Amino acid sequence: MTQAAAPTTGDARTALEARARAMLDRGPAWLAAHRRGALERFAARGFPTTRDEDWKYTSLQPLARAAWTRPAPPDLARAREALGRLRLHLSGGLTLVLVDGIPVPELSVLPPGLAGISIRRLAEAAVARPEFVEPYLARVAAGGDRPLADLATACFEDGLYLHARRGTCLPVPVEVIHLTMTAGAAVFPRTLVVAEPESRITVVEHHVGLTDAPYATLPVVEVAVGRNAAVEHVLWQDDAASAVHAATVAVRQDRDSRFASHVLTLGAGLARNDLGVGLAGEGAECTLDGLYLVFGSRHADHHTRVDHWKPHGTSRELYKGVLDGQATGVFNGKVVVHPGAQKTDAQQANHNLLLSPDATADTKPELEIYADDVKCAHGATVGRLEEERLFYLRSRGLPEQAARDLLLRAFARDVTDRISIEAVRARLDRWMTERLPALAGREEGA
Amino acid sequence: MSDAPPRTRDDETLAQATSGEYRWGFVTDIESESPPRGHSEGVVRYVSHKKEEPDWLLDWRLKAYRHWLTMKEPTWPKVTYPPIDYAGIFYYAAPKGTSGKPKSLDEVDPELLKTYEKLGIPLKERAALAGVAVDAVFDSVSVATSYKSKLAELGIVFCSFSEAVREHGDLVRRWLGSVVPSTDNYFATLNSAFFSDGSFVYVPKGVRCPMELSTYFRINAAETGQFERTLIVADEGAYVSYLEGCTAPKRDENQLHAAVVELVALDGAEIKYSTVQNWYPGDKDGRGGIYNFVTKRGACRGRRSKISWTQVETGSAITWKYPSCILQGDESVGEFYSVALANHRQQADTGTKMVHVGRNTRSTIVSKGISAGHGQNTYRGLVRVLKGAEGARNYTQCDSLLMGDRCGAHTFPYVEVRNPTARVEHEASTSKIGEDQIFYCNQRGIPAEDAVNMIVNGFCKEVFRELPMEFAVEAQKLLAVSLEGSVG
Repeated sequence: MTQAAAPTTGDARTALEARARAMLDRGPAWLAAHRRGALERFAARGFPTTRDEDWKYTSLQPLARAAWTRPAPPDLARAREALGRLRLHLSGGLTLVLVDGIPVPELSVLPPGLAGISIRRLAEAAVARPEFVEPYLARVAAGGDRPLADLATACFEDGLYLHARRGTCLPVPVEVIHLTMTAGAAVFPRTLVVAEPESRITVVEHHVGLTDAPYATLPVVEVAVGRNAAVEHVLWQDDAASAVHAATVAVRQDRDSRFASHVLTLGAGLARNDLGVGLAGEGAECTLDGLYLVFGSRHADHHTRVDHWKPHGTSRELYKGVLDGQATGVFNGKVVVHPGAQKTDAQQANHNLLLSPDATADTKPELEIYADDVKCAHGATVGRLEEERLFYLRSRGLPEQAARDLLLRAFARDVTDRISIEAVRARLDRWMTERLPALAGREEGA
Repeated sequence: MSDAPPRTRDDETLAQATSGEYRWGFVTDIESESPPRGHSEGVVRYVSHKKEEPDWLLDWRLKAYRHWLTMKEPTWPKVTYPPIDYAGIFYYAAPKGTSGKPKSLDEVDPELLKTYEKLGIPLKERAALAGVAVDAVFDSVSVATSYKSKLAELGIVFCSFSEAVREHGDLVRRWLGSVVPSTDNYFATLNSAFFSDGSFVYVPKGVRCPMELSTYFRINAAETGQFERTLIVADEGAYVSYLEGCTAPKRDENQLHAAVVELVALDGAEIKYSTVQNWYPGDKDGRGGIYNFVTKRGACRGRRSKISWTQVETGSAITWKYPSCILQGDESVGEFYSVALANHRQQADTGTKMVHVGRNTRSTIVSKGISAGHGQNTYRGLVRVLKGAEGARNYTQCDSLLMGDRCGAHTFPYVEVRNPTARVEHEASTSKIGEDQIFYCNQRGIPAEDAVNMIVNGFCKEVFRELPMEFAVEAQKLLAVSLEGSVG
């Protein structure tokens, strides 16, 4: 066991900016320019505070007040052992493993004979395939006030590059397992998915911590969906309870493309997810689903933003949260319909269940509309399990606990059933079977 | 010229109707008596002295003023306007004819009375016929109040704020600033320092006010900051319905209006506050118009008390206004019904706050936003359920209607829940008037403009239903006038 001590309290900003400066000249000139720009922006701005509107309900103190270190070389034996139970064993068996944000080929499984897809280390692809990397890397996630994405751009060392070639439909999902093993480290996993026109790709990114000591992971995922292409992305976050997980997912969609996102937030003491989708071509369609199960004194914050730039776009969004203990859940969903984006059809819903007297939910569904021929709707609810439903189940002979579990499962299923990969659904089901009995909600009532 | 076809009467009517100009833009020529432009402690003292106020009130104003100097103008609303030159504003204006107190209506400046005639305010007999008691505020000094004696019989105090300070100082001192503290926000604090006049209502225990109380505000003197202050207290078991309506003369200079309204409802009391706001919105290109930066807040202090806000906002260049309810008493009820219209270059950032403190408190929010032309309409609302608010319930619905492809409709609802027994629902939708709907009406011989009015009225029905009858009629007309020319 290589368990290091917890990070010393200190100033994350100083530590990370120093680390970023060391990275400044890595990679091709265009990448160095991005890194420099990102570092300048972050250095000028610093970590957001609760005085920033976008961070009103989420304090980044746990991230900002520790002197995070660089990751240590990975302990492969321990990682292999963990992978044994983590791998989904999907059909096709394609599994890519990153430890502390760095791809580890020894742990990854790349079955031969996969046509139409190119999988590379990001640092290598930036040099070898600039025509596909340069237009997207650090560009899809650019724009707006994104200090954490800036920090990640300045600091990341390597990552994953997934490229589906024109007209290819990848028959098997790509499983990506992000292991964080170094206690006290800050890691910056990075993924770039480029789906060329008429291609199709499914990616499952699974984040797991193999240490109980605090660590910080700031993943950035950039997805470029070409004309008529389809991408399904699962961000499955099961980080350690002491971890800070602050992810940025940025998507750019071309004409008639489809993008489906499933965000599953099950872990991390402090979780923040910024998901932004730009519908930059006519007739593009996106579906954003999210499920957050937050227990103990954890905090989970989901910010989503959909920009409808062109006409005939469709967006569907469903985020559901279960909050127990002293957990706090935040949802902020924004839909912007820009001038000219006529015939936009946008729908968004957020539902929260509070299981304990000390749990908290803050939700803010926003609409910003600058075109008139649109259909936009959003809804949000906060409440607890309905007594009537419980009563109905109990009157049919189900014990209190079973009735509660059933209702919670049904609540979560609305989201999980929409994931196309059976193995992920099964794993989540198992997760719930194991965890639901530990919820506090059951002590009250009959 | 002779070649042009002769203009018919119909053409002219049409031209008049589609230009949609502000109809009530006339200026009464009365000399204003003002201290020099700009703000200073001296001006605060001048206002206070002019109104012969007691020391405690002067101190209160000065405290607010000193605090205001440390504050920054808020930038979070989704509105844009050129910076306000606070040093260039007149902070106090009183019509000269009233510097001595008028003993009767005969002593009132006839010019002033004519203005009311034009506005159709029911003063004198007309007040009796309409069954409305009017405390008319002209610029800053209350001119005449009717129906006072009838209300006095029931122990109801309904008078101008300055009079209340003189006659009912204890009541004012007890409640002033108890809902909106003098340091609350930038504009409320500015108001606290310079407030000129306004209305004061006190309804004693168990009294049900027999008539709708109403006040017409009217901004007149050019470049005069208008700082109204309204305070309504409903004692245990009392009921009062208060109407506020506004029209303002046409001016090119932007005018700042920073009013404060405070409501207090004790055990079992109910206050119904209705507003029809039709201040000058500026011309088609966004020149001129009123900046309406208002702080309105009601406190349901007592058990089973109720405060209900209804507003129809069609005027002002910029509206910044969030009538709120603090639901402190157990089982108290807060309601907010709003229609906000933004046409031409108007910007509205309006909504409500419902803060659930007591147990089993309930709130309802129904907001209807209409955007046309280049108008930007924003709903911004907060529903906060505190830890102790067992069994709290909120239902929010906010719908937007878009007319034209250059306007905007935005929704920013904040929902904060700290108690698991609360049930909070928020729904919002955005749509435009369907071509099929217009076609259906056209087919049956209803012209497009009438059809739009009909559809808009249907859209707003839930809110209009909450208005007193006369107001509902006026509101419908206002909406029709404000939307003239916006249908393609």
